[in-house]
Amino acid sequence: MGCCCEEKEQSSQNNLIDLKLIKGILQEYKSQAGSLVTVLQKAQDVYGYLPLPALRYIAEELGVKAAKVYGVATFYTQFRLTPVGKYVILLCQGTACHVNGSERIETALCQELKIKPGETTADGLFTLTNVACLGCCSLAPVMMINGQAHGPLTPDKAVKIIKDLYVQEEQADGEGA
Amino acid sequence: MKIRIGAGSCGIAAGALKAQEAVEAEIKNRGLNMEVQITGCIGMCHHEPLVDVIDDNGREFTYGHVTPEIVKTIFAEHIEGGSPVEKYLVATSDSPNEFLAGQTRVALRNCGLINPEEIDDYIKQDGYQALEKVVAKSTPEEVIAEIKASGLRGRGGAGFPTWFKWNAARQNPGTEKYVVCNADEGDPGAFMDRSVLEGDPHSVLEGMAIAGYAIGAGEGIIYARAEYPLAIRRVEMAIKQAQAKGLLGANLFGSDFSFNIRIKQGAGAFVCGEETALIASLEGERGMPRLKPPFPAQSGYWGKPTNINNVETLANVPWIIAAGGSAFAAMGTEKSKGTKVFALAGKIKRGGLVEVPMGLSLRDVIFKVGGGIKQDRQFKAVQMGGPSGGCIPTALLDTPVDYDSINQTGAIMGSGGMVVMDETTCMVDIARFFLDFTQKESCGKCVQCRIGTKRMLEILERICNGQGKENDLELLEEIAVKVKEGSLCGLGQSAPNPVLTTIRYFRDEYEAHIRDKKCPAKQCKALITYRIDAKKCKGCSLCARKCPVGCITGEKRQPYTINQDQCIKCGNCLEVCPAKFGAVTVE
Ligand SMILES: Cc1cc2nc3c(=O)[nH]c(=O)nc-3n(C[C@H](O)[C@H](O)[C@H](O)COP(=O)(O)O)c2cc1C
Ligand code: FES
Repeated sequence: MGCCCEEKEQSSQNNLIDLKLIKGILQEYKSQAGSLVTVLQKAQDVYGYLPLPALRYIAEELGVKAAKVYGVATFYTQFRLTPVGKYVILLCQGTACHVNGSERIETALCQELKIKPGETTADGLFTLTNVACLGCCSLAPVMMINGQAHGPLTPDKAVKIIKDLYVQEEQADGEGA
Repeated sequence: MKIRIGAGSCGIAAGALKAQEAVEAEIKNRGLNMEVQITGCIGMCHHEPLVDVIDDNGREFTYGHVTPEIVKTIFAEHIEGGSPVEKYLVATSDSPNEFLAGQTRVALRNCGLINPEEIDDYIKQDGYQALEKVVAKSTPEEVIAEIKASGLRGRGGAGFPTWFKWNAARQNPGTEKYVVCNADEGDPGAFMDRSVLEGDPHSVLEGMAIAGYAIGAGEGIIYARAEYPLAIRRVEMAIKQAQAKGLLGANLFGSDFSFNIRIKQGAGAFVCGEETALIASLEGERGMPRLKPPFPAQSGYWGKPTNINNVETLANVPWIIAAGGSAFAAMGTEKSKGTKVFALAGKIKRGGLVEVPMGLSLRDVIFKVGGGIKQDRQFKAVQMGGPSGGCIPTALLDTPVDYDSINQTGAIMGSGGMVVMDETTCMVDIARFFLDFTQKESCGKCVQCRIGTKRMLEILERICNGQGKENDLELLEEIAVKVKEGSLCGLGQSAPNPVLTTIRYFRDEYEAHIRDKKCPAKQCKALITYRIDAKKCKGCSLCARKCPVGCITGEKRQPYTINQDQCIKCGNCLEVCPAKFGAVTVE
């Protein structure tokens, strides 16, 4: 956990974030007490993460202190203050997955993507995040990519799933060009 | 004939949607007229994806590990040919397998049988009749008395008598009261709540409405964890359907009782499973627990009387009202009535969800129903209660599974997650794993919990790294007591349990780490070395090709060697070395 002032704000961020995109959400929830978590969830759906200017805007509109909004945003692991990749890999590190070798999956994914858990690949395609149980424990070890669970994994299988997505992306690029 | 496909999130992960596509394609290609129904999880996750063929006489044939090719075979031989494909069958209604035969399904009564996305399917199973019965014929006091007679205790962890909580919420004055369903299912390794919400969401809605009637609440809120997207979708669908049929909303069954339900997504914090933290989170705050009393039944959501129950607790309620409290109380043990759902996972052969009467022994659940240990390895321990629980060793396998007997072992029943461990699981590492979890999930309010768990984690980490000190176990036990005593909520109060139970039952394993700098289970990386036996290595180069860091070198058909300085001890080489050579060893 950190505090606002630690965050190095790029002045350009202010320009890139279109605050109008969440105006409707704020209108809808403004009058509902206790809706801060929901508003943050919806805002994250819009931007893919929670940009600081959006947090400040939410605070102003809901009439609460910016520190409180930041406090809630950093308390829950679901909220991210930095952009994520197109594919978010939730790698389960729950008990069942741990005893079935999730660490080896992590090693393989980190090697393949050349990032550490919590990071995003340079091409902006993949973000790797550790989570604690996806509820598919009998298929351990498990990972979930954009809502789709995969398991039981071996290091090879996990890498293949990533490779397939890369291929899919290249094809889509090819078609788009 | 009818086809039914298990499409819970576990089934989908295993390939249920591919099977469904194949089924639909076959029906079209063969010009058949058959109903295809999706359903939730029947619990046999070890056989997923599952496809049931139900013939015109109502006989059911369950096929496991179904691929699109197998679908083709089933259509050719069974559906058109008339003879079931024996080799892919895992159960039939005439001869259920050991996994299903050992169960009594109450909370899971409809899971894996009905289509959770169709309210009519639930209604056909007498759904919403229990609600109608109480609204039309019973007083709230009578409902509470029925629940009392059933002996139902909360399935969320603590095992508190449900009637007592309902009664407290009823007794507290006020016209505005709430029923909250705790669907935060934070225990990593437990997934019964997900399965119920995905497979039979209406049973939970009906249970909530009955609770609402009993305590005098008009609104219900389901607090569901965000990691369960499919469960959330199906519950949202179920709420809309129930509203459309007038089973939720104003003046139910023409009475003056009105009840509605909405869903609120959690945002990823284990501590929000704790009641007061959950309420804070519902109110849009950081999910930090507060001192009790006042209990939620006195002052909960927005300061109003609030009753919080777990998903499984609520799913039992309509059954109890329909069948009578005494029918539920007839199952189980003296102090733990009814059935309980367990999530079998880890190193178990038949992983999945099972529901059995309370009081069955751990041995029966793990070996009879669960089929024993994968690869027939040696059972070492079963972890129950997750981060608040503990590891139960072989010597206690005959412990009956009920609240009080499990408590005596130092573990807790918890939500019913059972993670089975074998000889290759390091118990010190498991303790470290749980402390890592609780330390990260501690909300930070209590000093003992915030800092105590951190210090305990550091000690466990150094033991796993081969830097344990002679008095570390005493130190761990000392801090454990402080953390338990100095924490406000259950998270801190129970965080030391995984450490204390492993020290109690597996002290020799700790000592091997500390004194001999050895990890008997060969898991702690700092204490193990992978080697290639030059005499056995045939130089096939498989290990070198699979080494992620390229630290294995050699000439083809000559013995290979591992550069120990670069080795990250991932274990790939050991895994890929052909069994006939067996050249890679770990010490
Ligand atoms: C740290 C912590 C986490 C908890 N997590 C859950 C949970 O995920 N699901 C749940 O039903 N109860 C959980 N509980 C228990 C709840 O506080 C509460 O006792 C329960 O929801 C009450 O429902 P029941 O009486 O039906 O069991 C947790 C408790 C603590 C202390
Ligand atoms: S422990 Fe990994 S899905 Fe539950």
